[in-house]
Amino acid sequence: MEDKTFTISVYSENNVGLLNRISGIFLKRHINILSLNVSESEIENVSRFIIVVNTTEKWVQNIVGQIEKQIEVIKAFYHTDEETIYLENALFKIASSLLFDEKQIQNIIKESQSTIVTVSRDFFVISKSGRRSEIEELYEKFKPYGIMQFVRSGRISVSKEKMEISSLLETFK
Amino acid sequence: MGTIRISGAEAIIRCLLEEGVDLIYGYPGGAIMPVYDELYKFQDQLHHVLVRHEQGATHAAQGYARATGKVGVAIATSGPGATNLVTGIADAQIDSTPMVCITGQVGRHLLGSDAFQETDIIGISTPVTKWNFQVTEASQIPEIIAKAFYIARSGRPGPVLIDITKNAQFDELDFSYEKCTGIRSYNPVPKLNLDKVAEAAALINSAKKPLIVFGQGIILGQAEAEFKAVLEKSGIPAAWTILGLSALPTDHPLNVGMLGMHGNYAPNLLTNECDVLIAFGMRFDDRVTGKLSTYAKQAKVIHFEIDPAEIDKNVKTEIAVLGDVKESLAALLPLLDAKSHDLWHNEFKELAKVEYESVIKDELNPSTAGLSMGETIEMINKHSKGDAIIVSDVGQHQMFACRYAKFNSTKSNITSGGLGTMGFALPAAIGAKMGKPDREVVAIIGDGGFQMTIQELGTIFQTQVPVKIVILNNEFLGMVRQWQELFFDNRYASTKMINPNFVAIAEGYHIKSKKVTQREDLDAAVAEMLASKDSYFLEVMVEKENNVFPMIPTGACVSEIRLS
Ligand SMILES: Cc1ncc(C[n+]2csc(CCOP(=O)(O)OP(=O)(O)O)c2C)c(N)n1
Repeated sequence: MEDKTFTISVYSENNVGLLNRISGIFLKRHINILSLNVSESEIENVSRFIIVVNTTEKWVQNIVGQIEKQIEVIKAFYHTDEETIYLENALFKIASSLLFDEKQIQNIIKESQSTIVTVSRDFFVISKSGRRSEIEELYEKFKPYGIMQFVRSGRISVSKEKMEISSLLETFK
Repeated sequence: MGTIRISGAEAIIRCLLEEGVDLIYGYPGGAIMPVYDELYKFQDQLHHVLVRHEQGATHAAQGYARATGKVGVAIATSGPGATNLVTGIADAQIDSTPMVCITGQVGRHLLGSDAFQETDIIGISTPVTKWNFQVTEASQIPEIIAKAFYIARSGRPGPVLIDITKNAQFDELDFSYEKCTGIRSYNPVPKLNLDKVAEAAALINSAKKPLIVFGQGIILGQAEAEFKAVLEKSGIPAAWTILGLSALPTDHPLNVGMLGMHGNYAPNLLTNECDVLIAFGMRFDDRVTGKLSTYAKQAKVIHFEIDPAEIDKNVKTEIAVLGDVKESLAALLPLLDAKSHDLWHNEFKELAKVEYESVIKDELNPSTAGLSMGETIEMINKHSKGDAIIVSDVGQHQMFACRYAKFNSTKSNITSGGLGTMGFALPAAIGAKMGKPDREVVAIIGDGGFQMTIQELGTIFQTQVPVKIVILNNEFLGMVRQWQELFFDNRYASTKMINPNFVAIAEGYHIKSKKVTQREDLDAAVAEMLASKDSYFLEVMVEKENNVFPMIPTGACVSEIRLS
C-alpha cells in the first residue's frame, strides 16, 4: 500500500492529558505528525483535533481505531485530501519600508488575495489563508525582499461528507 | 442521597468500600500517608496487604483479578512508589486485567516544581493505562474513583491509575457516592449486529475444515458455558491461546491444544490448512500468528471481538462480529448446524500422535537422569487432579506449565502473556490465593524469575497465605539459553545462574521447604506440598539444558513449526 496524506479528525471531551495519549499513538508507530490543530468544535464542550499524516490507509485505519479507544474520544474519522476542504493560515512580517518603496510588493499582495493585518512604522503583517502550495508560492515571492518572520498554522479542514457527530452525541443523552 | 463531611483520604476508603473492595495491596510513603491513616481506622472492613515492593502489589492485584474476575486494587506513594507500579500496570494493560491503582502525589501547589518524590506518573503511565487521572481537589474523589472502577472493568478490561495530590487527601468534601454507569465518550460494548452473526453462522455451516481459536475474551466475558455449547454443537476443533487456557477443560474432546510459538503441533500446522478460522476473544498476537504474511492465508477468518481496534489489526477478516462474546455466542448457537467433522478431527489426532512420539513422551517419561520440567508438571496434575490454579512465571517453565498443566475449571491459568514479565508469578499467586482461598494455588517459577520478586516471600510469611511455590531450577535463564543454543551458536552469554541456597532463604522466611534432586523423591514431595495447610516451598532441580519444543522460530510461519 502506498503512502498518502490523510486528515484525521478527532472529536473528544475537553480533557487534560488527552493530547499526550493521542500523540503517543503516533509515537509508538513512528509516524510523524505533519500538522496538528486543536480547537473547539461546533458542539459545546467538544474539542476537535485535526491531525495530518502521511502513511498508508491500513495504518491510518489502525490509528483511528486506537484513537477511538481512548476513553474521552467521542469519534474519530479519517479522510483523504479529495474528501475534505482544507487550508492553512500563514502570517508574514515584512519591513514597512518595502511596502512603500517596492511597488511590486503591493501587486503580490493583491494577486495573492492576502490581507494586511496591521501596519506599523517598522513592519507590516500579511495574512494568507489557503492550501500549502499557495502559501509556499507566496513565500517564494516575498523571499527576495526579506521576510522578518514567518509562521504557518496547522491544517484546518471540514469534510465534504457529513460527520455523524451531533446525532451520535444525542444517543448518549 | 445525603452527604457527610469527611477528608479526601476517608473518601477514598469509602469509595473503595462502595465498589465492593475488601482487599488491597500496597506500600506506604509520605504522599499517601493520609490514606494509610484511614486504612488503620477502617481495617475491619478493608484489608490492606503490605507487600515488599510496589511491583508485587500490582502483580498481586492482577493475580487477584484474574482468579476472581473482580477489579484488583494497588496503592503506592508518589515518586519511586508510583514508578515501581509501572511494570505491573503495563502487564495488566496488555493482558486486559481490570485493576485500579491509586498513587499519592505531592501537594497541588508543588506540582511541576521537582518537589521531593514528585514524578509525572500521569505522563509515565499514559501509554500503559486504559485511563488515568490526576485528582487535585478533594471534591473530585468520588466521581473519579467511580469512573475508574467503571472503566477498569467494563468492555475490554484494563488498568486505571488515579494520582491524588496530598492536599486532596487532607481537604474535606461533602461526600456522597454514586456508581458510574456510563460515560458519554466511551462505548465499552459495541452493539451486536445479528446480521453479522447470521453471516458468520452461514460461513461456519458451509466449512469443511473449520478451526476455532479462542482467547481470554471467553473468560473475561464469562462466556465459558456459551462457548462450550457452540463448540459441542458445531463439533469444530478448538485451540487456545495462552490466556484462553482453562476457559475449556483441558480434557474436553474438542480441545486440540495450544497455539503459538511453543504450542501444539496439530493446531499450529493445521491453521494453514483450515478453510474457515473462527476467532473468539483473541487478538492474533505475533506469538500466536508467527509470520503474518503466511498466516492462514487460505482461510476465511471470522473474528468475534469486543474491541473494534483489534479487527483487521493483524489478520484481515472476512466477517467481524463486534460485541460481547457471551451475547454473540448465544445468538450464534441456534443458527449452527450440528456436525462432528470426524475426518478433519482425524488429521489433528494423527499430528497429535506425531507430537506425542517425538516430544511429549520423552518429556513426561524422560530417560535422562535429570528431572524434566514436564514430568514435574505432570506430577502436580496427578496430585491436584486438575483442580489447582496454576500461576506461572516467564520462561521455559511457563511454556511447560501451560503445555502440560491440566485444568478442570476456568480462571485457573494465571500467567503473564502479553508482556512476559519475569517476577510475575510469586506475587500473582499471593493475590490469586487471597481471592480464591478455597482453591489450591501453585506457582511455577524459574530460578531466574523467582529472584526478581523473591522478597514477596516476606508477604507470604507475614500474611500466612498458603500458596505453594515450585521452583524449577535449571541454573540457567533457560529460555534465553535455549535461544542462544538454537540461534546464537551456543554462546551462553550471561545466562548461567549461580544461585543461592533457596531452601535456606525460604526457611529464613519460615516457609516449609524441600528440595528434590532425584526422580524417586518427586512424587512424595509434591504430595506433601499439596497436603500442606500452610505455604510450602519446593525446589526441583531439573535438567540444565533441556529445550521446549515444538517451537516456531520468530519470524517463521506457523506451519514451519519444529519438533526438535
Ligand atoms: C523482567 C524480564 N526481564 C527479562 C526477560 C527476558 N527473559 C525471558 S525468559 C528469561 C529466562 C527466564 O529464566 P528462568 O526464570 O530461570 O526460567 P526458565 O526459562 O529457566 O524456565 C528471560 C531472561 C523477561 N521476560 N522479563
